[in-house]
Amino acid sequence: MSVLVYNENWDGKFKKLSYELVSYAKAVAGMTGGTVTALSIGNVDQDELSSLGAYGANSVLSVAGVSEGLDNQLYTQIIAAAMEKSGAKVLVLANNNTGKAIAPRLSVKLKAGLASGVTAVPESVDPLVVSKKVFSGKAYGKVKVLSGSAILTLAQNSYEINETGGSAAVEAFEPGVDASSALTTIKDVQKQEGKLLLTDADVVISGGRGMKSGDNWAPIEELAAVLEGATACSRPVSDEGWRPHEEHTGQTGKIIAPNLYMAFGISGAIQHLAGVNSSKCIVAVNTDKDAPIFESADYGIVGDALKVLPELISEIKAAKAQ
Amino acid sequence: MRILVCISNVPDTTTKVKFSADNTSFDDGGVQWIINPWDELALTRAMELKEDTSNGVSRVTVVSVGPASVEPTLRKALAIGADDAIRVDGEAGDAHYVAAQLASVAGSGDFGVILCGIESSDYNGSAVGGMLSEILDVPSVSAISGLTMNGEEVTITRDIDGGKEEVSVPAPFVGVVQKGIAKEPRIAAMRGIMMARKKPLQVVPAVDAETLTETQEFAMPEPKAPCKMVEADNVKELVGLLQNEAKVL
Ligand SMILES: Cc1cc2nc3c(=O)[nH]c(=O)nc-3n(C[C@H](O)[C@H](O)[C@H](O)COP(=O)(O)OP(=O)(O)OC[C@H]3O[C@@H](n4cnc5c(N)ncnc54)[C@H](O)[C@@H]3O)c2cc1C
Repeated sequence: MSVLVYNENWDGKFKKLSYELVSYAKAVAGMTGGTVTALSIGNVDQDELSSLGAYGANSVLSVAGVSEGLDNQLYTQIIAAAMEKSGAKVLVLANNNTGKAIAPRLSVKLKAGLASGVTAVPESVDPLVVSKKVFSGKAYGKVKVLSGSAILTLAQNSYEINETGGSAAVEAFEPGVDASSALTTIKDVQKQEGKLLLTDADVVISGGRGMKSGDNWAPIEELAAVLEGATACSRPVSDEGWRPHEEHTGQTGKIIAPNLYMAFGISGAIQHLAGVNSSKCIVAVNTDKDAPIFESADYGIVGDALKVLPELISEIKAAKAQ
Repeated sequence: MRILVCISNVPDTTTKVKFSADNTSFDDGGVQWIINPWDELALTRAMELKEDTSNGVSRVTVVSVGPASVEPTLRKALAIGADDAIRVDGEAGDAHYVAAQLASVAGSGDFGVILCGIESSDYNGSAVGGMLSEILDVPSVSAISGLTMNGEEVTITRDIDGGKEEVSVPAPFVGVVQKGIAKEPRIAAMRGIMMARKKPLQVVPAVDAETLTETQEFAMPEPKAPCKMVEADNVKELVGLLQNEAKVL
């Protein structure tokens, strides 16, 4: 079964997520000996495009000359045209803002059942059955796709990148859609350049109400800097205005899956855990030994976060220096 | 202009999730049902837009697909302020089936703005809003964290990786909203609850629609190993464990 994977670019570049997606697409195609076609929309240079071959793409379709400002209808038409061209039966996208915006439209257009936020390859391909988290991570559901083709959106940081080497042939693809038909007018863009995104970070250092005040965040930021990670917070912290809203993780905020999540002064409410319970390793520091966060954590310290943080920073610096 | 807010009836977010003995269905015994959190924010924003009379919003309608048991949730939405409610009498099979029902309702009224939450807190599909827009063949904008009106003109803030964009699309459109669209969900006041009883709640039959997926079976995650506790005066030990055992440093 052949697979088409849509690879978004960020200012002409791919990132970890892109390679994760291609590796995943390769594994899905590999279940039946199918091929992987990667699709890129926007202006990306040849080397960058062919680099997708190193993760398993057999070929790359490149649609240039389309604005990167997302128009859901236009992108849906382009991806649908690429599905037809590649003959793929499975479409893979990221379960990020872009994927969430276009995958459901494609599901209707292609009459392809959508399983969103999957974290592993399907159990079977005919029929296609795949597991995904439901109830905000409290359980798994096995989704069976009833249609002939399927769309899978992959949860970020959930699939191991598999670099096999090689490069892919790049073909300029003319989808036959009118790019000027886009109905979305982009009036203004505000972007923080060069900042590590919370959803991309391998290490996330997070603080809750137990940090007592927004003025106490310096050690959280320092620890994040030492570990080349990003900072996050619980909802009340962003509601109080101690931290920006972009940092709010949890059911109603960002859903993340870093390798290491450190929670300082966070009680571990079920809605908070919904956003972080896919982290590979959770460390919690809390004054209350009965705080629910310890039920989800791998390592814990019962203690004052404001006292533990400086020590942790110096110990980690010392360990790194060795 | 009229606004339609699509409402999903979901278990309270603190629900301890249980399944039937054969793990094929959600066990709803003792479950408290609520308006899906993002839908509640969408409704709150719709009410704010209507209250500013310069926006010219004439009516806010809420719609849900489900059996009679979703009506208390629709009444809650009426108590928060919606003018009228529609229930499509059908079992919410999958996202595609639900979107097709909503499309039939949305297509039969002159709604300028159709709002959905970015996901439902039960199946986490992030699917219904986008599907609905494609069935209606109208524009959609997702990850909306702000929506303002100036007469018929709507300005939308949507989240993108590492930032925000201000965009506009012509009405009618489907807006898929998330956190930020309204500050806090509005809570129904006593007066609203009294008034909600008299507001119209129309029941319409389901239209024929395909289901494209089926959730066959549920499973609970593997129980995890207990948390390893380290003394507060031995931070060095924690660093050692993270380095050598968890291998995450
Ligand atoms: C529909 C809904 C959606 C929600 N969505 C989210 C969401 O997305 N994300 C989210 O985070 N929350 C969400 N919540 C809120 C959630 O229920 C909790 O209220 C919230 O997560 C608690 O934040 P907290 O742990 O920072 O604060 P608290 O619960 O107040 O916990 C503070 C913790 O800090 C500890 N502490 C105090 N002092 C110290 C110290 N000096 N050192 C170390 N520890 C200390 C305390 O023991 C306590 O455990 C949602 C709630 C609802 C109803």
